[in-house]
Amino acid sequence: MTRRLIAGSLAILLVASCAGAGARDTDRVELLVAAAASLTDAFGDIETAFEGAHPGIDVVLNLGGSSLLREQILAKAPVDAFAPANVAIMEEIRAAGLVSGEAPVFARNTMAIAVPAGNPGGVTGLDDLARPELLVGLCAETVPCGQFTRQVLQRAGVTARPDTREPNVRALLTKVEQGELDTGIVYATDVLEANGAVAITIPEEHNVTTDYPIAIMSATSHPEAAAAFVAFVLSEEGRMLLNRHGFRLP
Amino acid sequence: MTEDQDSIRKASRRREGRSRTVQRPRRPPAFIAIPATIGLALFALPVLGLLGRAPWSRLATLLGSDLALEALRLSAISSVSAAVISLLLGVPVAWTLCRYDFPGRSLLRGLVLLPMVLPPVVGGAALLFALGRRGLVGSPLYEATGLVLPFSTGGVILAGVFVAMPLMVLTVEGGLRSLDQRFERAAETLGAGRWTVLRRVTIPMIAPSVVAGIALTWARALGEFGATLTFAGNLQGRTQTLPLAVFVALESDRDAALALSLVMVIVSLAVLVALRDHWWRSR
Repeated sequence: MTRRLIAGSLAILLVASCAGAGARDTDRVELLVAAAASLTDAFGDIETAFEGAHPGIDVVLNLGGSSLLREQILAKAPVDAFAPANVAIMEEIRAAGLVSGEAPVFARNTMAIAVPAGNPGGVTGLDDLARPELLVGLCAETVPCGQFTRQVLQRAGVTARPDTREPNVRALLTKVEQGELDTGIVYATDVLEANGAVAITIPEEHNVTTDYPIAIMSATSHPEAAAAFVAFVLSEEGRMLLNRHGFRLP
Repeated sequence: MTEDQDSIRKASRRREGRSRTVQRPRRPPAFIAIPATIGLALFALPVLGLLGRAPWSRLATLLGSDLALEALRLSAISSVSAAVISLLLGVPVAWTLCRYDFPGRSLLRGLVLLPMVLPPVVGGAALLFALGRRGLVGSPLYEATGLVLPFSTGGVILAGVFVAMPLMVLTVEGGLRSLDQRFERAAETLGAGRWTVLRRVTIPMIAPSVVAGIALTWARALGEFGATLTFAGNLQGRTQTLPLAVFVALESDRDAALALSLVMVIVSLAVLVALRDHWWRSR
């Protein structure tokens, strides 16, 4: 019985790995793109469209908090192109001599207050983030989302009482969607995507606009493929896909 | 060393026969030594890397920061609590799995060991679905008592118990299994009651496994990261344990992250080395 169970699971794993290997064409160039967590859905669509147009290139997305990605790149991770959620992080990478060429801004974003469907905490604005009885989540101050959040709260003169500081914006949003948190500050684009979360707009005078730059990494072993990807992100089609996910365009 | 333990030790040595008395050679042959060296290097190199990069001169300052001190305090509290709870619940679980025959026992054992192989993030998400404010059990709990486990120190402890208790069950069950039940039978035939047998025979005989279990669960709970972050969140002074502080500091203050990592390596290694004396040698 046990032996059969083990043999069965191994067989499933084997078949799955063969299927995975079969799907991957060995001739294709594998392009590793590190991108901010807030780009998850937009870059997912861009990846699909780009691979459709360039069948010889397999884009692999590494999505995460921009500052974590920066650490990976500074530690010489084999990244071909990088799209963080703020310009300062790209400049740090450039200062380390790891950026090749220009780093154009391809998208802009703003912040918004996210609440679960039904808004159980009765959140109406930034002031509510100071209410002690609410479960409030913010991004960690080490990631761009957390730095923008701090600026927004400063401008509004609100001292938030967070119950958690999530290491990236997607983790925070998931907990709001699930209703485990009553509210949190995320990127406006995130709430647009979200399942079960609702956005409350932050007034223009308190809000910040963030710029997303993209650049080819100097350590890339596929400079042409990387350049094609960056060009695609900046192209009309790329802009349309970004816009569809709520990003503002420069 | 009590007389009880001594006589038990002698008895178990007799059972092992002559293997104990064979002089062990100093060096393994090449076909064992070469892969063994590679294997050991795999463990040693990351530790050496950490020691090499550690900011030794600023260590005291770095560990004296609020972030470090609060993380140290929180880790101490939560890991010890998780080990104690694992002891109180894990030993009865091991006892049940080892000493009783009932349908579904294999399935239950698999269930108990699942957190050991599951990615901790999955464990944390599962805990959230079960015990979160909107969770299966968490929701009625919240309605009835107002208790919210996620984003609290209690949540950190719970996450620690979830990932660490399997180690307690595994080691104690191993100890119970290797215990020759004839010792207990003999004690019974000599007129010892159930309680006396437990206190004078069973517990002393499985004590090394229990001690090992405590140390392993404690060390595992100390190092717990994924389930804690997913289930309990990350807030300095409430849920930000050492591993979480290291993760956050890695992105802003690498020296602080290295200093905290060093503390974890040294403390965990010390416990595991000390454990060797309690566990392996006593067998």
